[in-house]
Amino acid sequence: MIAIINTGCANINSVRFAFERLGVTPEVITDPAQLNHFERAILPGVGHAKVAMERLKQGGWQQAIAEYERPLMGICLGMQLLCDHTDEGDISCLGMIPGNVELLDVGKLTSPHMGWNNLAGIKPHALTKGLDETQQVYFVHSFAHKVNNATLVQGEYGSQFSAIVAKDNYAGMQFHPERSAKVGARLLQNFIDWQLP
Amino acid sequence: MLSKRIIPCLDVKNGQVVKGVKFKGHEVVGDILELAQLYSEAGADELVFYEISASVEKRLLDVNWVSNIAKHIDIPFCVAGGIKSVADAAKVLEQGADKISINSPAIARPQLIKELHDEFGKQCVVVGIDSFYDETTGDYLVYQLTGDPNASSRTRYKTQQWVQMVQDLGAGEIVLNCMNQDGVRNGYDNAQLSLIRRMCDIPLIASGGAGTMHDFADVFKQSEVDGALAASVFHKNIIDIGQLKTFLNEQQVAVRQCN
Repeated sequence: MIAIINTGCANINSVRFAFERLGVTPEVITDPAQLNHFERAILPGVGHAKVAMERLKQGGWQQAIAEYERPLMGICLGMQLLCDHTDEGDISCLGMIPGNVELLDVGKLTSPHMGWNNLAGIKPHALTKGLDETQQVYFVHSFAHKVNNATLVQGEYGSQFSAIVAKDNYAGMQFHPERSAKVGARLLQNFIDWQLP
Repeated sequence: MLSKRIIPCLDVKNGQVVKGVKFKGHEVVGDILELAQLYSEAGADELVFYEISASVEKRLLDVNWVSNIAKHIDIPFCVAGGIKSVADAAKVLEQGADKISINSPAIARPQLIKELHDEFGKQCVVVGIDSFYDETTGDYLVYQLTGDPNASSRTRYKTQQWVQMVQDLGAGEIVLNCMNQDGVRNGYDNAQLSLIRRMCDIPLIASGGAGTMHDFADVFKQSEVDGALAASVFHKNIIDIGQLKTFLNEQQVAVRQCN
């Protein structure tokens, strides 16, 4: 069973429906004590990092997520919250994935980075099975994780950033797999199939 | 590379997709979900749904079909129709829409754009602008309530002025519908779109006039818009989205190829 952590953000339904299209019925949970009853978990997120991080802290999620030993994946802002620090509101985050989130340097391009874009530098991992560089996924963001050892897949918009990250049982996707057509569905299936060593 | 977006537009009235010419004389073209699925599977990059009668009838769109779309569609979609407040927008976004688009209610109360920006973030807030070219004065004029020919009227804004205002208030994207071209399939209004492009720092979507695949290539190359919206060429099977993507790719326009 998959849990979707509900911190009061609006896009819970999009993620839930995406799993339902794959034949899996996730449960939306609002109490950190429930987390350990699930085989895997999703941390979605939309909005401002500072507000979302406050909600996680106030809801008692910080410790529950840190102690969770099964696959847990953040999507978009949820991924950024799993990292060490974000410049959006200049706050410490959950620290499960090494690295910092900074304002994406888009150069002369318009911000936010919004639309379908390619993936590059794909490293072999359970989460990247079937993925190739001709495929595109749907991004909407203005902050991004700087490429480091945790980066599994890169994106580029003005500059390079992490599109998929993973460290131990934690992972994150900067784009929206739930809105990325067949490619996104494959990536969510990869998450469902992800077995830890 | 970021792809140029192909965006079928579905005008919704009484729970069905309709299409009119120059905003008048609506005819039913099909079921909302069926068409949405057809287009997303064909390779549409995004869908826009306008419940055209909502603003005219001074009510919020029917949110029931929105959640049904969210359940079945795996590409982003935007919803418009009578969204007049943060509370209205919340109802639509909670059903699973990715963005909301506002038009006449923003003209009535421009501060609504800022309120939506502050509550949901820039990326959610699309402003639709119906722009009419007045041949006698050479001005581009903003119209409102265009969903109903009897209610449609000119506003106090010139298009350039309104585009600047909505950007300053925090809009994340502008859909510029060139009314003189709407539904007549004579090509996008590249003169107007290029003019607006130069003063628009946020994504700009062209609307009104698509008739051939060349029209799409022209609007991306000449007006440098981020996306092109069209309705009748898709509803009437004049253009196949897959073939359009292949054509644009040959024309060196960056598009998402679907398999």
